[in-house]
Amino acid sequence: MSKFQFPESIMSRPVYGTLEPRLGHAHLFVADAEGAEAILDLAKKDPGLMSSAHIIFIPRATGETYVEQLKALRPAQFYSGPSYEAALPRLRRVFSDASMGLQVYLSGTEGLMGQAQSEAMQAGIAPAAIQTEHRGSVARRMQCVHCKGITEDVMTDPFVCSHCGLNLFVRDHYSRRLAAYQGVCIDAEDPGNVPDPVELYS
Amino acid sequence: MSASPTKAKAGAEKISVVVSAKVPVNDLVTRFEFKRQDGGPFPTFSGGAHTVVEMNDAGRTRLNPYSLMSDPEDTETYAISVRRDDEGRGGSLFMHNFVNVGDQMNITYPVNLFNLDLRARKHLFLAGGIGITPFVAMSKQLDRIGGNWELHYGVRSAALGSYAEELSTKNPNKVHVYEDDKGEAIALEALLNGQPLGTHVYVCGPKGMIDWVRQTAKQAGWPDDNVHFEEFAAPQPGEPFEVRLCKSDRTITVGEHESLLEALEREGVDAPYLCRGGACGQCETDVIRHDGAFVHRDHWLEDEVKASGKKIMPCVSRFVGASLEIDR
Repeated sequence: MSKFQFPESIMSRPVYGTLEPRLGHAHLFVADAEGAEAILDLAKKDPGLMSSAHIIFIPRATGETYVEQLKALRPAQFYSGPSYEAALPRLRRVFSDASMGLQVYLSGTEGLMGQAQSEAMQAGIAPAAIQTEHRGSVARRMQCVHCKGITEDVMTDPFVCSHCGLNLFVRDHYSRRLAAYQGVCIDAEDPGNVPDPVELYS
Repeated sequence: MSASPTKAKAGAEKISVVVSAKVPVNDLVTRFEFKRQDGGPFPTFSGGAHTVVEMNDAGRTRLNPYSLMSDPEDTETYAISVRRDDEGRGGSLFMHNFVNVGDQMNITYPVNLFNLDLRARKHLFLAGGIGITPFVAMSKQLDRIGGNWELHYGVRSAALGSYAEELSTKNPNKVHVYEDDKGEAIALEALLNGQPLGTHVYVCGPKGMIDWVRQTAKQAGWPDDNVHFEEFAAPQPGEPFEVRLCKSDRTITVGEHESLLEALEREGVDAPYLCRGGACGQCETDVIRHDGAFVHRDHWLEDEVKASGKKIMPCVSRFVGASLEIDR
């Protein structure tokens, strides 16, 4: 099962829902890995929507698992690529050509949804108008508040910043602009006194 | 010793003004301009704000809201435009027939229930008839900050298109006027579908037009947050009814041609209000008990609240039945 119910937390922490078909003349899906399942579920609710859909899919570790199933939905456009960064020029092009009435559906990991949402916001779409559904890994995209470097797919708390090497505590404090949670040095006052890393939500 | 809390008076704070100009705009519409009696500056406001004008109509106090249409940064003069409604409750007729240059009046501080969302990439204004007034102020506000706006304005005829010529001349690429008598109409579906991401649409006009725009925008997939509308419902006449006021411990009768709010005010009950048009929610009142049916005319209460019979908006809504008791 690809669904995970995040426990309640501070206001800053994003809350995800379940993708629902909406009215509109164009439908943009951005998903990674198990996020494909959310698209497959939505297509069952409204198969007709796919004729005006554009799916941007980043399989990551799921490889070919979902690619043929997604193609079988017969979306108007389908793209599968190796990484979010590789898909970004396409995503930006879609937004620059889009007009009001475009619906945006994001599904998969928090890092993917957060980055795509940030891009959509820069294109002028209000965050409340963007649908999201979490599927798959609970790994986080973390920003080190000290060096500002981003570490992707953080699975443990604390973790080591991949840029400056500080030991960082994983906070629920989130930046929509950066699409990242904030990581704060855990041993600043007593260097070297670092608790053993624990897997997130284990 | 404890000081008892001061009870705030109902409505927004008032400003004493003098009518400085009365300008006929066309057969139906007259513009009134106000200056402060004390010579001081008016507060600046934001486009879309309205003021409630207090009229002393032969002993009867009328309080009608009108959108401010002057430049929001102009602190010397406020202006409103009043469309004469011969079948209305009489406020607009009073303004047209009895208010003249030099008259002293009271108006409230501006209250805005129809403000611009300044996060918008583009502001799309849809006006019908006298619904043009808030957009005159909004466009002036946006021109100061280099905002991107466009106006589509439906009028009955060229002769009745208040400010249409002035607006088109000043903004030839932004203003589109549609004359009803020539069969012209806004191609709404195409217009909405072509708008860039981040556009907000604002509509002010007759109820039918507002419903049409909201419905079409919904069908086109516009988020609710991007659709703004202002609709002042004028109170409608109806059968007189009795209402028991449990806090004031008395029973009053609401006449055929007055609203429940006006009846409360006539009886000296200090009931809260702001817009007097069923839009702002300020006058929301708890119903203690009732035996009969409500005639809800506001667009404030949710449908299920209206159906529950536990709330009423005295500014526009009425009651038909045996008995009504409210928390005033």
